Amino acid sequence: MTDRLWEFVTFAYPNIKYVVLGSILLSISSAVVGCFTFLKKKALLGDVISHAVLPGICLSFIVSGSKNPFLLIIGASITGWISIVAMDYIVRSSKIKEDTATGLSLSVFFGIGILLLTYIQHSGNAAQTGLDTFLFGNAAALIGEDLIAFSLIAVIILVVVYFFYKEFKLISFDTQFANTLGLPVRTLELILTSITVLAVVTGIQAVGVVLMAAMLITPAAAARFWTNRLSIMLTLAAIFGAFSGITGAYISYASPSMPTGPWIVMVLSIIALISFFFAPGKGILIRVFKQYQNQRKFLGENLLKVFYTLGESNQNFLSYRSQEELMAKRAFKESTLAKGLTRLSREGFVTHHRAQWALTKEGYEKGKRIVRLHRMWELYLTEYLKIAPDHVHEDAESIEHVITPELELRLERLLDHPSVDPHKAPIPQKQQPIINNEQ
Amino acid sequence: MNAILIILTGSLVAISCSLLGSYLILRKMAMVSDAISHAVLPGIVIAFMMAGGRDSLALLLGAGILGILTTFLIEFFHQKGKLQTDASIGVTFTWLFALGVILVSYYAGNAHIDQDCVLYGEIAYVPLDVIILDSGQSLGPKALIVMSVVLVLILLFIKVSYKELFITTFDPSFANAVGISATFWHYALMSLVSLTTVASFESVGAILVVALLITPPATAYLITERLKKMLIISSAFGVSSAVFGYLLAYTIDGSIAGAMATVAGIQFAIVFVIMKKVNKARTRSAVLSLESEPTS
Repeated sequence: MTDRLWEFVTFAYPNIKYVVLGSILLSISSAVVGCFTFLKKKALLGDVISHAVLPGICLSFIVSGSKNPFLLIIGASITGWISIVAMDYIVRSSKIKEDTATGLSLSVFFGIGILLLTYIQHSGNAAQTGLDTFLFGNAAALIGEDLIAFSLIAVIILVVVYFFYKEFKLISFDTQFANTLGLPVRTLELILTSITVLAVVTGIQAVGVVLMAAMLITPAAAARFWTNRLSIMLTLAAIFGAFSGITGAYISYASPSMPTGPWIVMVLSIIALISFFFAPGKGILIRVFKQYQNQRKFLGENLLKVFYTLGESNQNFLSYRSQEELMAKRAFKESTLAKGLTRLSREGFVTHHRAQWALTKEGYEKGKRIVRLHRMWELYLTEYLKIAPDHVHEDAESIEHVITPELELRLERLLDHPSVDPHKAPIPQKQQPIINNEQ
Repeated sequence: MNAILIILTGSLVAISCSLLGSYLILRKMAMVSDAISHAVLPGIVIAFMMAGGRDSLALLLGAGILGILTTFLIEFFHQKGKLQTDASIGVTFTWLFALGVILVSYYAGNAHIDQDCVLYGEIAYVPLDVIILDSGQSLGPKALIVMSVVLVLILLFIKVSYKELFITTFDPSFANAVGISATFWHYALMSLVSLTTVASFESVGAILVVALLITPPATAYLITERLKKMLIISSAFGVSSAVFGYLLAYTIDGSIAGAMATVAGIQFAIVFVIMKKVNKARTRSAVLSLESEPTS
């Protein structure tokens, strides 16, 4: 294995060099283009194009009778391009939705391609053998000429992206704004479509029709989980692409029965899965954890609020109450309630005596604050947004947990230190003695 | 005789696909079917290896499980990871397809499956693969029997749960409100899509399944917005793609599956142009009648 690795990194045979460089160039250029189609929410564009090139390849073979790679690429680009234009036209001028138009364009063009391919194969033309490598791709068979074509196209794509960076950025995020700025949006979109077609047409020869979609989408999707900045996203996607290109090429070199293209996609997908789950900020794990934390916080605050309002009704804020009493005021699940109370008592907000629970002084203050925020917000909604008093409760229920002390001050000043909310309930004041009648 | 068998099988596939496809495009899930049709590959390979051959039931099971898994993963990345749907679809199915191709290469020595048989099956061989009973009596082509069973299943499913499918398709939140689980029917429908995809594989291949799932219903959708009509019209377009597709393939000696997809596409194009004219005429007469109305 180490021998193989050594041969691999030193490019012991020229063929290794071709395959590695070809895979890297291909991966980088499609990753960069893919970022833009991803952001335009047209990630499956690549899938459509890669299926639609087949009829183009067959037609240019039928017309020219040769397998000249340049003629094939031209034919492929033309039908690839038509498929996208047709798809856009269908969506724009009928009630057909985008996903249907995508699938329709993809499968019909591919069906025509298969029909033509079989027609050529059955016609007994000996020159046709090998046309179908376009279908599944064969990165291991890359030769010097392919490398030249790859580098040329990769350079074209990167240069176009470099020069139109600002424009592409605008049309990816806000087409309407780009329009009002007077940018030629349609032309720019055509340019973007054209370099996508170019990336797909060259890529197919290495990884095949189906997996080409992944070369565009997967690095972009993975990169998106790590950053909100386009420039960083492009760089990351290119790095992911290049890394997968090298790894895929190595795996199929070390174990020759293994295909390069699928392994490139496999490595890309693993990077993407890791990003989906573990990326800080946007990863699934961190999201689930934050959600759990919030639920805990909301539960605790809602409990304290219930204690406070119960205290209001019998003018005794610190008296002991049973779980039934709490549940009668607000529908908690019994197990959730028990867990919430235990946690609050650990944090020192409530104390308990047998099965009875009461607020501590800290708990009283915190419960008071939540009720205060809730009622101030209701007042704000009715006074400033003119919302009917019976419509403001739901909104206040959620906002009360997130208002910061600064916002609280501003609300207080804006409402001029209010004392009652729209439902005539008193708004608790900050400096307010604890009423405890039983004592 | 063979021609009739092929057309019959093709029509069965076409009707099954058209019926399910109508629901898919109304639910804006057309591309999910494309994803499923590719992502079942690893399931087929694993089932093939475990069963030690082309045991149809094992293949159906393997592919079915992968089909459901695909649907689940797409939803999971979309809901939990906030990944946009199109990217979620693209990442999921290419990953599973790559896994499938790698498995195929790994077992290449002893497997009689390859990716082209999955991508474009050959319906022309349908009459050759017959089921023969122990008594030596022939039951008829296997694909024909399998597809008949699938079609009956689909018809039963739609007949029994028409109301539930209808509500969850057009108003999932209302469905949830009246106690019909949108999630349950989503997965039920997707299970049937996986089943149909796999059952049709051997005869027509993945891409034709997608073509028949999407194109005839889309054509019917251009004509009508009523679900019942749409189901009937799309089945009719499905059958005519099968018939004319066979004739086209026979004439130019090409792949029957490819020809059926081509005809389905041509039908769509024709209806598209006609409906555009019709709609224009309708708008014009509506405008005219508005203008001629007395303005009292």
